[in-house]
Amino acid sequence: MSKWSLITKGLIKDNPTFVLVLGMCPTLATTTSAMNGLEMGLATLFVLVLSNIAISLIAPVVPDKVHIPVYIVVIATFVTVLQLLMQAYVPYVYATLGLFIPLIVVNCIVLGRAEAYANRHCVLDSALDGIGIGIGFTLSLTVIGIVREILGNGSIFGCKFIPGDGILAFVMAPGAFMVLGYLMVLFNKYLKKQ
Amino acid sequence: MVLCLAGVCLFCSAILALVYAVTSDPIRKASEQALAESIGRVLPEGLELSERRDENGMEYYVGTRDGVAGAYAVKASEIGFGGPLVLMVGVLPDGTVYNTSVLSHSETPGLGAKCGTDESFIGQWRGFSPDKVLKVKKDGGDVDAITASTITSRAYAKAVAKAVEAVKTLESSTGNKEGGQKNE
Repeated sequence: MSKWSLITKGLIKDNPTFVLVLGMCPTLATTTSAMNGLEMGLATLFVLVLSNIAISLIAPVVPDKVHIPVYIVVIATFVTVLQLLMQAYVPYVYATLGLFIPLIVVNCIVLGRAEAYANRHCVLDSALDGIGIGIGFTLSLTVIGIVREILGNGSIFGCKFIPGDGILAFVMAPGAFMVLGYLMVLFNKYLKKQ
Repeated sequence: MVLCLAGVCLFCSAILALVYAVTSDPIRKASEQALAESIGRVLPEGLELSERRDENGMEYYVGTRDGVAGAYAVKASEIGFGGPLVLMVGVLPDGTVYNTSVLSHSETPGLGAKCGTDESFIGQWRGFSPDKVLKVKKDGGDVDAITASTITSRAYAKAVAKAVEAVKTLESSTGNKEGGQKNE
């Protein structure tokens, strides 16, 4: 039960986007469509799980003074690995998201989980925490992407169901802030009710 | 402390070197394949493709039929809204655009990025006649811009114009025998 709750808490109670409000840069920048949001979420999930595992392994031997540089090096390594793998095996995904992949290094969720969780918990718990938070992030990004794509482009996952252009503002940056804000309100209203 | 940091860095660079070694080949292949596909898309079928050539700072490939240049695929780039916009443009010897294809861009997703997907924008380049003006309608040309992405469309038109210009110079310098006569 407790292991299971490690994963589920990332979805609702500790949702990285709507509750912790971490990692806003990729959240706002990449959610122009449902597919982009989903792909960005999965990329972050990959880095998050691996970095949580690695950091929970090395944390006991890392002196306090250099722990941030060490964590950043570890995270940057995984991000670069991901970038190379994407370039090699899914070049089409890399073509749309390539610009934002290196930014995962400075995504506060990854460093935040390393600092707040992975460095003081065992490997399994840290991995589960990474999975939970990563899935929560992926779902949030996908939901924002879906809303923005419906309003801005009249389609979901690229399937057009309303002809025409849609409300362009929702594809651009202001729309990202608006959708994020309203979704955050709805999400927290739902949390309060419980 | 220093030892720990150095150790972590050393270990990480070892991992990176390993992954790089494994992926460098597939990455090269993927980009070569993307290039070959884009050339295939912008040239008429049944042409024999030459090796890459460089002239006047442009990279291009000649498609020949029976030893005569039938079409050129020119790689042209221009600064768009978010960075360089790189196109592969297929041009017939008389300056008609056969087709275009986006190699890479950093345009806004959902707006300028439509230059790679929006059929009504891409479609207009097929058989774009040399008599038409390669500028967006706002600037007095004949190119339909993407809604809300004039800068991207302008860059696209400029890149195509560069490619057409390059082919014209090539034609006038190399083959007065075939292309030159057609132009008259």
